[in-house]
Amino acid sequence: MEFGLSEDQKLLQETVRRFVAEQAPLDAIRKIAEGDEEAKQTIAAGIEELGLNGIAVPEELGGAGLGMLDAVLVQECLGYGIVPSGFLASVVASTTFSSADTALAQAIAAGEVRFGIALNDLVSRRDGAGLSAQNGVLSGTSMMAVSAEDATHLLVCDVERNLHVCAPQDYQVLPTIDRTRVFTELKLSNAESQISLADGKGALARACLLLAADSLGASQAMLDKAVEYAKERKQFGRVIGSFQAVKHLCAEMAAKIEPSRALIWHAAHALDMDEGEALVMALLAKAHISEVATFVARTSTEVHGGMGFTDLVGLHYWFKRIGVNRQLLGSPAQLRQMAAVAQGLVAA
Amino acid sequence: MDLTLSPEYTAFRDHVAKLLEENAHLAPGPEDKGLKHPKRLAWQKFLIGEGLTARTIPEEYGGYGAEPDILKSRIIAEEFARSGVPRPLAGQGISMLVPTLLELGTPEQKEKYIRPTLHGEMIWCQGYSEPGAGSDLASLQTKAVEDGDDYVINGQKIWTSTARQADMIFCLVRTDPDAKKHHGITYILFPMDTPGIEVRPLVDMTGSANFNEVFFTDVRVPKSGVVFEPNKGWQVANATLTHERGMLGDPNATKARFVELVELMKRETVNGERLIDNPLLRDRLMALQAEVYAMQANGLRIMTSRLKKESAGLAGLVVKLQGCELNHQIAGLAIDALGELGVLYGEGEHLRSEGSWQWRYMYDLGLIIGGGTAQIQKNIISERGLDMPREPKPTVRA
Repeated sequence: MEFGLSEDQKLLQETVRRFVAEQAPLDAIRKIAEGDEEAKQTIAAGIEELGLNGIAVPEELGGAGLGMLDAVLVQECLGYGIVPSGFLASVVASTTFSSADTALAQAIAAGEVRFGIALNDLVSRRDGAGLSAQNGVLSGTSMMAVSAEDATHLLVCDVERNLHVCAPQDYQVLPTIDRTRVFTELKLSNAESQISLADGKGALARACLLLAADSLGASQAMLDKAVEYAKERKQFGRVIGSFQAVKHLCAEMAAKIEPSRALIWHAAHALDMDEGEALVMALLAKAHISEVATFVARTSTEVHGGMGFTDLVGLHYWFKRIGVNRQLLGSPAQLRQMAAVAQGLVAA
Repeated sequence: MDLTLSPEYTAFRDHVAKLLEENAHLAPGPEDKGLKHPKRLAWQKFLIGEGLTARTIPEEYGGYGAEPDILKSRIIAEEFARSGVPRPLAGQGISMLVPTLLELGTPEQKEKYIRPTLHGEMIWCQGYSEPGAGSDLASLQTKAVEDGDDYVINGQKIWTSTARQADMIFCLVRTDPDAKKHHGITYILFPMDTPGIEVRPLVDMTGSANFNEVFFTDVRVPKSGVVFEPNKGWQVANATLTHERGMLGDPNATKARFVELVELMKRETVNGERLIDNPLLRDRLMALQAEVYAMQANGLRIMTSRLKKESAGLAGLVVKLQGCELNHQIAGLAIDALGELGVLYGEGEHLRSEGSWQWRYMYDLGLIIGGGTAQIQKNIISERGLDMPREPKPTVRA
């Protein structure tokens, strides 16, 4: 009985944390937001070099052979530094297909292929949108694809909620509030389905949990920044962090973040152990951290006063990261409904 | 991360579950009222004998005498919660005084008080808060003046639960009015039937008197009742306040309430539709479930820290604030879900869950305030957890 991280996991966290601090400072993130492709590729190369994309690929296929808890720890660090990356897509794709197509999983670990994922339709599909799969070919559109802009392969879901791997074709960039990451609408026309899989629940659970971890990291960063600022900024002759009005805001953020961290670790562990509750926990974990992170995003901004509102401080990049994560793959209310259905409380 | 139990502990869980199941008929029921009802005392004696309570307290003081094992204690708590079998006695004497005496009491005090307290034969109340000393407990004014081998006590306490039933009180009194406020306090034990003590029930918003006011007028008590040393009472009390904070916000109790709420919403129908089929109520239910999961996981994390003898840090500091708030919200949703029936209280054929949701909604607000208010908790979280500066003391103007 031990609820906590192993020494290896702490080391992994430390390694990624250091990478983020050294290789992805806010200046670099700003450049990426302004469209600097080189800055983006430098970070992507660093992540590749650390072998993170193959973290969940079995060792015999050249990966690190680790689990979702490890992946969640990495994503938390990336969220802390609001680092744009293909990590989430790589993990979701490699875990979904590591048994169905070992060659593909091997290629992900070797950095030979890059995945984009478009799973939004597992949760909510707009009228007129969606991919039809007929006779092994996919046609139609899929919204809010992640990491698809420079992918060699796509993991998509059709209107029947089956998963497919196909080659990328046309897409349109969907500009969002978060300019550090690229989101796209896929446009497929008779794309060959190279692999297909009936059950998308595992992929959904993993993607939700990684987004949850990303928001957890971003929330922790916003809390740390608020506390640091409150200890420096002086008004009325003393640091504002000594005013209870400000301290209590920080305490509320911490009080909401800390149990969320335990929840996300627990949900990741449940997925690794293939427990029955794992899907419900993953859905609720993302719903919950989205609410917490939204609270943290506005509260940290308020603690920063006027400076929080400026571009200069750059706090808004975290605010927007959290804002987008909240809506991706199901808003909190949608996920709570899915969690109720998944545990049989109500009919689908 | 390993959430499995070793065979030793799985066997222990089975053992506890079987014991509770086979002996549930010995437990007191709601009709067995009174803190010293013979059935309650017999049940307590049975539980101590089986090591299901007072587990780590030495046999010479009436406990079971097992080595401390956090995991076994947790398993016992979980099995009580799961089975619904009445729990062991848990008054402030057992939860707060006994650990204090074990740590700081004289051999005579241990000998005299621990055994009858554990067995429910001696009831205690806690004399800490005063009308003028709540969050700022150290400013308490109840005065104890030395007179030979005695102290003579004058003053008033408030929020004293079980004062009417108590045989004894553990009390904080000011013995040195000239010392700094934390340094002039003494922790002292004395009988509640000492002349000069008056207890007045304090009716609260639930409609019952869960607490009391206690008045002391020239109450003469022997100095032998002092625990540890005179004027060191603040340290003594702080040793026990830690125990109290640990008790509030137990995630197992919260989980049990959440399960009750789910059952209520599945059972109860309005306009032919189950409450849980109402999407707005269901959404709130699921939001609370996420928090219940989070507090349970947080609890596991804290337990691991304790097993490793490490500080749980922020994870531990937030439990009282978050746990009490969550309990309050669970009760609040139950009331909303019940609609107009949610306000029924006391008795009547339409009452649901014996009116317990309204009672909890009100009582839980009391717990958000008691045992260190939510605002004091936020001070603690920000100062000890986030290393933020204390509020400067106001400058006194001449």
